[in-house]
Amino acid sequence: MNIELLTLSEIESVEGEKGDFTVTVKKNPRFIDEEKCIACGLCAEKCPRKIDDEYNEGLNKRKAAYIKYGQTVPLKYAIDPENCIFQTRGKCGVCQKVCPTGAIDHEMKAEYVSLNVGAVVLSPGFKPFSPRGIDHYGYDEIPDVITSLEYERMLSASGPYMGHIKRLSDGSEPKKIAWIQCVGSRNTNCSDNGHCSSVCCMYAIKQAVMTRDHIEGGGGEQSIFYMDMRTDGKEYERYFEESKNKGVRYERARPHTLLKGPEGVGVTMQYTTESGEQTDEYFDLVVLSIGLEAPEDAMDLAAKFGFDLTKFKFAETSSFDPVTTTRDGVYVTGAFHSPKAIPQSVLAASTAAAEVEKDLVESRGTLAQEKTFPQETDITGQEPRIGVFVCSCGSNIAGVVDVKAVTEYAAGLDGVVFTENNMFTCSTDTQDLIAEKINEKGLNRVVIAACTPRTHEPLFQETLQSTGLNKYMIEMANIRNQNSWVHPSEPEKATEKAKDQVRMAVSKVRHNYSLEDIEVNVTRRALVVGAGLSGMSAALNLAGQGYETVLIEKEKTAGGVAADLNETARGEKIPQKVQKLAEEIESNEFVTFYPGTILNSVSGSVGSFTGELLSGDDTGTVEFGVCVLATGAHAHTPDEYLYGQDERVMTSLQFDGLVKSSPEEVKNTGSAVFIQCVGSRDENRPYCSRVCCVQSVKKAVMLKKMNPEMDVFILYRDIRTYGENEDLYKQARDLGVIFIRYDLDKKPVVKNSGGRLEVEAFDPIVQLPVSISADRLILATAIVPNPADSFVNMFKCGVNADGFLTEAHPKLRPVDSNVDGVFLAGMCHYPKPVDESIAQGRAAASRASVILSKQHLKLDAIKSHVTHNCDGCALCLDICPYNAITLTEYEENGRTHRRIQTDKALCKGCGICAATCPKEGVVVNGFTNRQIKAQVESLLN
Amino acid sequence: MANKPVGSVLLAGGGISGIQAALDMADSGYYVYLVEKSSGIGGTMAQLDKTFPTNDCAM
Repeated sequence: MNIELLTLSEIESVEGEKGDFTVTVKKNPRFIDEEKCIACGLCAEKCPRKIDDEYNEGLNKRKAAYIKYGQTVPLKYAIDPENCIFQTRGKCGVCQKVCPTGAIDHEMKAEYVSLNVGAVVLSPGFKPFSPRGIDHYGYDEIPDVITSLEYERMLSASGPYMGHIKRLSDGSEPKKIAWIQCVGSRNTNCSDNGHCSSVCCMYAIKQAVMTRDHIEGGGGEQSIFYMDMRTDGKEYERYFEESKNKGVRYERARPHTLLKGPEGVGVTMQYTTESGEQTDEYFDLVVLSIGLEAPEDAMDLAAKFGFDLTKFKFAETSSFDPVTTTRDGVYVTGAFHSPKAIPQSVLAASTAAAEVEKDLVESRGTLAQEKTFPQETDITGQEPRIGVFVCSCGSNIAGVVDVKAVTEYAAGLDGVVFTENNMFTCSTDTQDLIAEKINEKGLNRVVIAACTPRTHEPLFQETLQSTGLNKYMIEMANIRNQNSWVHPSEPEKATEKAKDQVRMAVSKVRHNYSLEDIEVNVTRRALVVGAGLSGMSAALNLAGQGYETVLIEKEKTAGGVAADLNETARGEKIPQKVQKLAEEIESNEFVTFYPGTILNSVSGSVGSFTGELLSGDDTGTVEFGVCVLATGAHAHTPDEYLYGQDERVMTSLQFDGLVKSSPEEVKNTGSAVFIQCVGSRDENRPYCSRVCCVQSVKKAVMLKKMNPEMDVFILYRDIRTYGENEDLYKQARDLGVIFIRYDLDKKPVVKNSGGRLEVEAFDPIVQLPVSISADRLILATAIVPNPADSFVNMFKCGVNADGFLTEAHPKLRPVDSNVDGVFLAGMCHYPKPVDESIAQGRAAASRASVILSKQHLKLDAIKSHVTHNCDGCALCLDICPYNAITLTEYEENGRTHRRIQTDKALCKGCGICAATCPKEGVVVNGFTNRQIKAQVESLLN
Repeated sequence: MANKPVGSVLLAGGGISGIQAALDMADSGYYVYLVEKSSGIGGTMAQLDKTFPTNDCAM
């Protein structure tokens, strides 16, 4: 609904301007009618033409009639015209003969459609770097050198070897595996990729850790060869450290030669260790951690749309408008914006959505539609008339379970009046069929024996609703995930289990009753807590979308930490931007700004919260539908390296201040030393503060440009100039900045020897101690989250072990907190630079808009429900994980009684209360004792 | 923009980022055309096995 999917399509041309673009899209022919295809797979089965399967990185073959992968959306086959025999030579046509629905159409032609849109978002992704043609990696010559994407497919249960790792040379299972990092990244010798791909360190660690579970008997040997480990994201450092404990070996070296192992099997790797030792080492398998390049059509897209690209051919944007291209009304997200991992891609997606929503606010709701359903039929008093639909899921279920036998069995169950087996019960044509049978046979309950309700129940519920049947008159029996997938080698027992599962579902559905979804009124106002960069960005975007926004800040002024910064990595002036945003906050008619104010208490839930604000001795209340927490972070105060004892030692933030106030004094410094990871990546704070490497390198470059004679040193553990920031690192080295690595157990020592500031360190390359006389010592201090306890108490949102607020899902919901209607922005979530803080602020506004754009929120009806059996014993009160239960008192016949009350918007229907209650005083709709008992009894009978 | 803008958006690329952007916009009252070059959406993430740190299936 409201998303029209055009597959096999490309943009031809673009005309017009922001608010009114006309985009011509070429829809290439699928040669299979999407309306008719039921994804039975016969065309592919019989197609005689085999080619490398791109989805599995060419490790196996697909046919010219194909489906990308089993869960593709849309689940429709396609014919690849470049390889199809009929398309290339005019004969064959086997697919046409075997297709049971007549969906094959070899005459299909490309179509051109003209789309009138207000804005454009580009997310063409990236191109994985190809190591072909680079001799020293030996990828073309050595069968046991593979790319990380190939390895990923090997690890996958849905991959070519069903999750078994094997060598391409002899098919054996490799025990000793090496990963080589930065293949096609941070390298301008064999590619143009001077950037860091940002994702390879983490995926290599993940692959190494996962491998240990895949090797028969567990374990094996995994070694990662790297230059700098860049585990600079949330929880990354911890994962890295844990991988070491699990036995993953890390070797700081860049292997220079790979040779075929003895008898053409395995790989002999030659490398030089950090201390200069030449080493030959044999590995069973070598995985090349290939980087991310700009997509192949980057130039073409940039030319069609008329926007600029960066040096590395990613889309040009600024730190202050992080997803805005140089063409007005055209935005970018994902890896084309800059190489990035999944959470950052998802985050940037919401940022781009926020920009579009702001641009098009006047036309919100003009083209989008809401789904409507016919009036519900009243089935009270009717005897159960149950229809059972058993899914083959292609061969996913039918390959193990005898679905015909299950279907026949179901027909004999009490109350069942119709049964059918479908190839894919979830396909569009089956939905039509289910609806038809509901009407024709007068079905009032439906059982779907297929997969998981988590992904598919909403689809079937809609089918029921389209016929006027209440959407809760359905049960699903998961005969795939809980059956065929886990019992592939025991088909007979699996079939019996499937029968049990269907019988249980039928028993339960007999007791299902109509339920009504809950509707919550939405207070269309946002509360933003914290007026730093991300909080202001969130507030201004929300205001731009026409939502009334209350912005509170505990300090007297807006700006937060950003006001003390100097320049972004790209060289944009931060204080000026902060000033401008603060002025906009003051002047925007939709924003009410309360400085010197904190949130004291909160009640309510998503859509309708009430908060108590406290400003000095004054209190006030604010009603709001959503909340953005942007409570920020601060710099750690060091207690080492003579900080606080010698005025030449300062933090990075203090140095920024000095650069602004006394540039001449800074310029005349003879020798400047930076120490990285001061308070980060240690026992107390086992996380990387993400911004310090880029900031120190940036400052070093600035110093060298101010005064080329200045001696500038950076003492570091790993340089983490991720993404296109890598270019700064190169500039710094080119300008003569000296980088000296140190280990945590050999930290630098700072001394005052006779008035001179001496920094002593151990250089691991020359294996000798070095002593540097410093005029200025700059400490790259850790970023520490501001206390979040009060928000944890008020909203029941989570924090991680480091005190950063927790997102709902680390990959897929990086902006949502674990509390509905509460979103996270900026450094309260994790340390991040200016561009990412602004991006997350706006992303939070987009996520909030999903709620604020509606008058009412629909919540499902599977909620706890208090019955008259409740006597207020309150056993359920503390165990509710969502704080949805309160105890109330009421008067009856002059006596005071107690009873619990549940908040339907907070309740998630988990059922812990119902399980705890000794007297059925609280039940969960849709999962009553009667329903569950019927299920259990039917299993035991 | 002299007149009211058009209330629809063109989104090119159906990987995880494109899908998320499409969902956000469609759920906030805009009509989205999601243009994908290949025969199905999902992008690179659909090729991944499990993802850090939850080791969830990437599908």
